[in-house]
Amino acid sequence: MSETHAMPHRRQGASQRRASARRMVDGSRLPISAPARRNKPRLKLLRWIGLTLFGFWVLVALFGPLLAPYPMGAFVADEIYGGMSAAHWLGTDYMGRDMLSRMLTGARYTVGLAVVAALLSTLVGAGFGMLTVLLPRWLEEGVRRIFDTLISIPSKMMALVMVSAFGTSIPLLILAAVLSYAPGAFRISHSLATNLATLEYVQVAKTRGEGRFYIAAVEIMPNMIQSVLTDMGMRFVFIVLLLSGMSFLGLGVQPPAADLGSLVRENIGGLSQGALAVIAPALAIGTLTIGANLLIDSLSKSRDTQKE
Amino acid sequence: MLGESLTVRDLRICATPPGGEERIIVNDIGFELAPGEVLALIGESGSGKTTIALAMLGYARSGCRIAGGSVQLGDTDILSLNATQTRALRGHRVAYVAQSAAAAFNPSRTLMDQVIEGALIHDVMSRQEARQKAVSLFHDLALPDPEHIGERYPHQISGGQLQRVMAAMALITDPALVILDEPTTALDVTTQIEVLRAFKQVMRERGTTAIYVSHDLAVVAQMADQVLVLQNGETQEHNTTARILEQPAHEYTRSLLAAARPQDHLSPVEGRHGGELLDIHDLQVGYGSRDGQGRPENVVLEHINLHLVRGQALGVIGESGSGKSTLARAVAGLVAPSHGAVQFDRRELSTTLRGRTPDQFRRIQMVFQSADNALNPAHSVQRLLNRPLETYFSLSRRERRARVEELMDLVKLPRDLLDRKPGELSGGQKQRVNLARALAAKPDLILCDEVTSALDTVVGAAILELLVELRRELGVAYLFISHDISTVRSLCDDVMVLYQGECVESGPCQQVLETPRHDYTRRLIGSVPELRQGWLESRPTRNETAAPVT
Amino acid sequence: MRNAMPKLVLGRLSSSLLTLFLVSLVIFAITSLLPGDTAQQILGQFATPEQVAALREELGLNQSPLVRYWHWLTGFATGDLGMSASNGMPVAQLMNDRLPNSLLLAAITTAISVPIALTMGLVAAMRRGGNIDRALNVVTLSMVAVPEFLVATLAVLIFAVHLGWLPALSYVSTVESVGDFVRIYAMPVLTLCCVLIAQMARMTRAALIDQLDSAYIEMARLKGVPPVRRVLRHALPNAVGPIANAVALSLSYLLGGVIIVETIFNYPGIASLMVDAVSNRDLALVQACAMLFCGAYLILVMVADLCAILSNPRLRNR
Repeated sequence: MSETHAMPHRRQGASQRRASARRMVDGSRLPISAPARRNKPRLKLLRWIGLTLFGFWVLVALFGPLLAPYPMGAFVADEIYGGMSAAHWLGTDYMGRDMLSRMLTGARYTVGLAVVAALLSTLVGAGFGMLTVLLPRWLEEGVRRIFDTLISIPSKMMALVMVSAFGTSIPLLILAAVLSYAPGAFRISHSLATNLATLEYVQVAKTRGEGRFYIAAVEIMPNMIQSVLTDMGMRFVFIVLLLSGMSFLGLGVQPPAADLGSLVRENIGGLSQGALAVIAPALAIGTLTIGANLLIDSLSKSRDTQKE
Repeated sequence: MLGESLTVRDLRICATPPGGEERIIVNDIGFELAPGEVLALIGESGSGKTTIALAMLGYARSGCRIAGGSVQLGDTDILSLNATQTRALRGHRVAYVAQSAAAAFNPSRTLMDQVIEGALIHDVMSRQEARQKAVSLFHDLALPDPEHIGERYPHQISGGQLQRVMAAMALITDPALVILDEPTTALDVTTQIEVLRAFKQVMRERGTTAIYVSHDLAVVAQMADQVLVLQNGETQEHNTTARILEQPAHEYTRSLLAAARPQDHLSPVEGRHGGELLDIHDLQVGYGSRDGQGRPENVVLEHINLHLVRGQALGVIGESGSGKSTLARAVAGLVAPSHGAVQFDRRELSTTLRGRTPDQFRRIQMVFQSADNALNPAHSVQRLLNRPLETYFSLSRRERRARVEELMDLVKLPRDLLDRKPGELSGGQKQRVNLARALAAKPDLILCDEVTSALDTVVGAAILELLVELRRELGVAYLFISHDISTVRSLCDDVMVLYQGECVESGPCQQVLETPRHDYTRRLIGSVPELRQGWLESRPTRNETAAPVT
Repeated sequence: MRNAMPKLVLGRLSSSLLTLFLVSLVIFAITSLLPGDTAQQILGQFATPEQVAALREELGLNQSPLVRYWHWLTGFATGDLGMSASNGMPVAQLMNDRLPNSLLLAAITTAISVPIALTMGLVAAMRRGGNIDRALNVVTLSMVAVPEFLVATLAVLIFAVHLGWLPALSYVSTVESVGDFVRIYAMPVLTLCCVLIAQMARMTRAALIDQLDSAYIEMARLKGVPPVRRVLRHALPNAVGPIANAVALSLSYLLGGVIIVETIFNYPGIASLMVDAVSNRDLALVQACAMLFCGAYLILVMVADLCAILSNPRLRNR
């Protein structure tokens, strides 16, 4: 799954799309044409939607538990799968606990775990990706082979196999996510670094007698850091999906702790009644990932525009 | 069908840069062509010459729009046609020959398919007739094996041949107007002359009206009846080719002409020649696995002997694939030779970077062709120039600052550029920074790899002038790699001619370039267009000796 | 150098085999070499040491890891995948019972999603920058980031709870008519298709636009070639490789998506078998299922690469 998500984000600069809008139009009009309408505001709008959704969940992860009206595990209502009410804004769950409180706490697990795992994946993947450019050929090949093997194991498979062998725990989930997503980060940063290493300014640095570390840190890294950060954003989205998927299967975060995926699982029994307790956490994950995706997409597009 | 007259009036084209405001890039262009006449649009990159040429097809690239004016071809006002009519015009009455044939042909369709496509779409003739016509055009364009070349795919024939097939594609419908957009710029000179000849022949026979876009005045002199000199989208001068060449009225035209003849006002200084600096003995460079004798699978360079003394400038000329850049890279230590020895200042120069001393690193500096890639876009000019000072000399911060400013003066750049990043500099400025960085090391030898090739002629000439001056002032030696004989002539004392990885001739510039002994040298020098009309006709035709069809 | 094609194809095949071998090493290493005693697990904490020792002997756990790996690997060749620890049945038989269901689900999803996605990608690329393209962009951009269980729960909520058209759970055994069939497969297939189509359409669009931006398309335009012909005759033949890649990578997403979908809809496929095996820590079954999924993934990617090699004009017309 790691690759499948990465590919759609082939960058087409917004400008290019705007320009081609005109190109499409000029096919149906006189060659002499009036100035085209610009659609810049639309890009901004998507970015604001993305930023709002993503920012909201980051704030919830940071401060949510402080704002929770009830303790996460407290049985506060007699009604299970209760609907929206003044006392329980998001209703109650299958055991009569306050959903709002549980979600405010659960979001911290979902966002926190994914942030840690995304950071580690990028650190490991991009770190190796850059270093291998400087290593001897055979070592580079070896490292590449290892990452190539890992990338051939779909992320959910990796997580399932590891959970089956060791049982689930938070460090293990993070490890599984890193093993699944570091190879993708490696591939991207390795190809970026390899391309940059052939550029003439790197050759100049070599003929100046610069050491490998200087070349990697000063000549190569500043020119790939933005792409690496964008890629990390994408990995964050995949990891949220992976970890909440695992929790949904009951193989992720274990009670009494719960992330958003676990909340969906716990309350799946209420689905046939249309309970808010199952819809709300599922929607929460969806808005988090969609928000992050929109934000990353618009950021990488506007960066392309600046470059042109 | 004969060519038709073309009248362009008040042509204005606007462009919107990404995220910016719309601005006018072509303004107030007007000219008239009688049937069968050829107009050259000449100017530097960004002068709007291609944009104007494309407007003749009623086409503006993405981000641009034709804002006003008229283009009248025969009885048709091209800019007032609707989409369907414009489509019917393109590839039928107006045809286009693109700069890079390799990119402009669809890689997955046969040449014949693409050549006759225009004729079939516009229902000009049957498939059978179109094929016959294509074959006869292939024949007229002196393509090898005209009967069967159409069955091939674009990657199977050479660049020069592809460019001629593209001309056939344009001419298949007997268009009233042909637009040629720098059709020979990507070719080597020895190929260019053949292609030019073929183009001129078929266009004259058919009486085609044409617009020829170029940056090269010498080529234009062969092809055009009228010349329109452009700068920043505006006409600087418009006249017959003869008048432009002989009595240029406008200042800018004169600077273009001067840049096209650098040897007229530049000449190599008598270098203060000193002791031996670089000695290359029987060098062989290649890649791929090596056989029993240690010979690589693909040999790029072989039997190279070279001797350079302090303060000497040696030009290395050759066409693409001659191995000239590889020579510079081998001296720089970027590729390891498979055979031979290099001595620098009487000491063995390690073939790999690792074996070299800091002093050797300092004394040999390399300057690359494309200043875009040679300067790290993330670093400021200050930082770029500072780094070699940090690496090679132990200077205080203030001394370094002073030296950086000195270097900026040396390459004639204003000091307020120091805080800029390379992306904010012009091409010429970048190349000057590139040179300043090499000079920062106080080198004895600078390896220049096509340093003026990516620049516009006027800018390139200024860089060349700077190189001559630096040599006079600093006494630095150059190994100057170029495909352009005139630049070598104006900078170097000695010259070495490379052909397919081997040195065919070397000696003092004067001697080699005036009285070449080797056949290839003669052909190379004879293929460089001269800045006079009628030069192309005066060259003897060289029967294409079974052009390699790979 | 007369014809490089067979060499390239063979190279690609052998590289896939090597990767599969390495993947089997990784999977075996994770599940077998690390602490945790399978025999103990199977028998539970109340087993006597003698029982554990006997089972260890029976399972061959006393042999060296390399020997066990060899037995395990050769087992694949002979179809002997070991015994399931949780219910004592041969792994091969368990998988045999479930595999057709999963394949059917995958086949239906593929048959529906690929044509829709390719059409969407094609239309978006041709109408680039237009309203259709922009709308598709926002929709697909959002859809690729949506977790499967959100789509599934919403689908159940709408079609089963509110509209009452479909049952919330799937029971393959009760198929008696076309209507049953549709009712059972509608929601699992819908859920899988949502994300799949979004991804595939985006990648197809990107692959085509890459080509549409090239100089030869501008040349075709300047020859007066009409837009539809430009896309179908000029751009498409060159985009076959990238599009095959897009389809394969998207379909490989099925491998992950099917795990959630089979679980949520109680669909008796191979993925839900594996999830149960993981919950029961039935390692032999997990290993076999994981190898099956990884093998499927490698085959998909390899087929796409072969398509790219075979459609490359430089290689095809040497």
